[in-house]
Amino acid sequence: MGKLLCNFAVGEKGRIVSVSGEGRVRRRLFDMGVTPGADVTLVKKAPLGDPLEVTIRGYQLTLRKAEAECVEMEAVK
Amino acid sequence: MRTFALAGNPNSGKTTLFNALTGSTAHVGNWPGVTVDKREGVYKGGKEHVEIVDLPGIYSLSPYTPEEVIARNFILDEHPDGIINIVDATNLERNLYLTTQLLEMDVPVIVALNMMDAVDKQGDAIDAPTLEKRIGVPVVPISALKETGIKELMERAIAMPAKRKGETVLRSALAGPIGEAEKYFEDREATSPVFHAVKLLEGDELETASKEAKSILAGVQEKYGKDLEAVIADERYKYISANFSTAKKKAAKPVLTKSDKADRILTHKVWSIPIFIVILFFVFHLTFSEDLFYINAIASAAGSPLPTMDDLGWGATLGDSEIYSNFGVALLACFYDGAVFSPGVILTNILNLVLNYITYGIGLGVEAAGAADWAASLINDGIVGGITAVLGFLPQILTLFLFFSILEDTGYMARVAFILDRIFRRFGLSGRAFMPMIMGFGCSLPAMINTRTLADEKERTATIRVIPFFSCGAKLPILTAIAGGICRVWGFDNVDLITYAMYLLGIITAIVSVIIMRSTTMRGETPPFIMELPAYHVPGLRNLMLHLWDKTKHFVKKAFTIIFASTVLIWFLQSFTWNWTFIGADSMQSSILASIGQLLQPIFTPLGFGSQLNEYGWVFAVAAITGLIAKENVIATFSVLAAMLVAGFEGTEEGVEEAVVMINATGITWPALIAFIMFNMTTIPCFAACATAKAELPKGKFRWTVLFWIVTSYIVGAVCYTVLSWWWTLFIWLAVAAVFATIVILRNRGKIKLPSLRRKKRA
Repeated sequence: MGKLLCNFAVGEKGRIVSVSGEGRVRRRLFDMGVTPGADVTLVKKAPLGDPLEVTIRGYQLTLRKAEAECVEMEAVK
Repeated sequence: MRTFALAGNPNSGKTTLFNALTGSTAHVGNWPGVTVDKREGVYKGGKEHVEIVDLPGIYSLSPYTPEEVIARNFILDEHPDGIINIVDATNLERNLYLTTQLLEMDVPVIVALNMMDAVDKQGDAIDAPTLEKRIGVPVVPISALKETGIKELMERAIAMPAKRKGETVLRSALAGPIGEAEKYFEDREATSPVFHAVKLLEGDELETASKEAKSILAGVQEKYGKDLEAVIADERYKYISANFSTAKKKAAKPVLTKSDKADRILTHKVWSIPIFIVILFFVFHLTFSEDLFYINAIASAAGSPLPTMDDLGWGATLGDSEIYSNFGVALLACFYDGAVFSPGVILTNILNLVLNYITYGIGLGVEAAGAADWAASLINDGIVGGITAVLGFLPQILTLFLFFSILEDTGYMARVAFILDRIFRRFGLSGRAFMPMIMGFGCSLPAMINTRTLADEKERTATIRVIPFFSCGAKLPILTAIAGGICRVWGFDNVDLITYAMYLLGIITAIVSVIIMRSTTMRGETPPFIMELPAYHVPGLRNLMLHLWDKTKHFVKKAFTIIFASTVLIWFLQSFTWNWTFIGADSMQSSILASIGQLLQPIFTPLGFGSQLNEYGWVFAVAAITGLIAKENVIATFSVLAAMLVAGFEGTEEGVEEAVVMINATGITWPALIAFIMFNMTTIPCFAACATAKAELPKGKFRWTVLFWIVTSYIVGAVCYTVLSWWWTLFIWLAVAAVFATIVILRNRGKIKLPSLRRKKRA
């Protein structure tokens, strides 16, 4: 079991291994480019600690910690 | 005329391209059954005229949002002659994801590669011919903002063949499953079999409706694995990455853009919230303030207040009849009277000045024509008075709308949602719901329209319902007049404290009702918050103006139909007696409206302004009804009655005198007055807001919304009156609330079952 995206620190980079969850949320993640193999950098957290802002596929995406919990990551070599 | 549909991601410059293509021919309608704008126009720059339909901005063709379903159904059912797919070249990878789905449909596609200028600036380059070779449809580089490449785009679009067979980029990776699903649709002679096949494999709700399709899917899943949805999304991106890397040449070193720098400050850990509050303050200040930048307040503090029009000796020429003879002074007074006004107030003043002239002119005309009393009153008070009352809102609505559109177009609004989402999630809403609510303090109309940024229908309905509780500008006169009256009669000292408490109570009511709705009738998961944070950019003036023009047309149309009809009805009720005799405004007590007020009066007993009052107690019920035209009318009604009760009565601008007269005449207590304020703040809003709510809510929800407003305002009023009159009743209300909460919680956890009030939806 790799590290989950929701546990990333600001500035941390990684590659997506798998996306769990179901239905609408999972589909939305896929549609926004959150698919296995994509590189992700956690850019910042909102002032209250949640949601998160990440860079993925060359653009800025925001998602909540609860949704980032579905995203399993691995370290990039 | 051939029809082309314009499709693309949000923030890809789609609206700008649409405006550039269609110019003044554009018009706005609605898609059947939903409140998403349908924009259409005609492109006249080419060999032949073609119709352009602007599809909603989407990232995908999944079945989960109304926008995506609209786009999908339009292409599949309406058979456009082609799709112009606008693609943001600075964000090619994610934008092409939608392109790969569009290519699966049996329709000619052309790709418009937008923002090439921005790509150049970043030092990157995109090879359009290579991209075109790879995806097999025309690719034309354009800049929608600078309007370059558009002619070529349209020439090639018009030259496209009439038919194209859909094909998928997934073919090599998923030949087996796609082949099987495709055969099922080909046997059925469906159009776009490839598209349907891929959607079926994704487990798409719209494709798996039939039993047969479901069994096909089950068969394929058994052979090739369950999670085809993930595989398909993955393969699309893999394909894009593979082709994208050959088409795009990246600059050696990425530079920190201006947008990144701005974002660092605007979403800063500490500064983001204070900055946001300051921006919001300026928006409201520039729209509503009657002392721009507090110039006069500062000058007064320094001991030399600015001269008012009176001081300058022009006050006398600003009376109701005198303004007609001194236009220059009247115009100056629109901008300045002892303090400089804000742009919003200046526009309101100018419009009202113009409306005054028109009203005056019509008044003269009616007099000259020698019309009967009732006809003159119908024209002057009913028709002209009603329309001017409603149109008077327009400048401030538009100013507020302009500022919020700017914030939206620059990309800042998405950051506000990002900053505030954490707070709003507690109430079962997303950060996006904040903007419409705060706009409600200005005016409910733009606020309700702004809820279109909310993706979830239940969240949107709940938000629209509570927007009126954020007390709008027109409700402030009720507050100041009655709070002023309370202070005068009972010797309190703090008008502002009462006003502040009332605003706060409105917000609390909104929060509590959202929580109740989200756990009962509007139940549903907190909508996901997976959203693009678009790069900041300067909004296009042309887009903003077209946007405002749309809103103006929309509003004026409504003002002259539904709002107008309701206003005339109320005029009729207050100007006629039961035996059809016309009476003037000064004998209101025998009007139909007054007797309706008397009929309704007992209902308000628990709120303190019902049967316990003296003979004039019905005025509160009547005022609540006339307030439906515009909330300012509540105090205007007091004024009419006060003039009738006290000989030689002279009203004040704030309406405090009117309130005092009404308090003395009816014997109302102060808790009942507080209840009356709260009732008016939370009950059915003005007709203009009702019309907007009806247009924005999903079908069939408006009736329930009106009921919701009535019930909420009644409960809030009753709680205010009883608790302020007898403090111990607080415990009764708390006990009732506790029982209610327990039932709801138990029910939502599935511990108890309540008989369902609704008919079960058919599957």
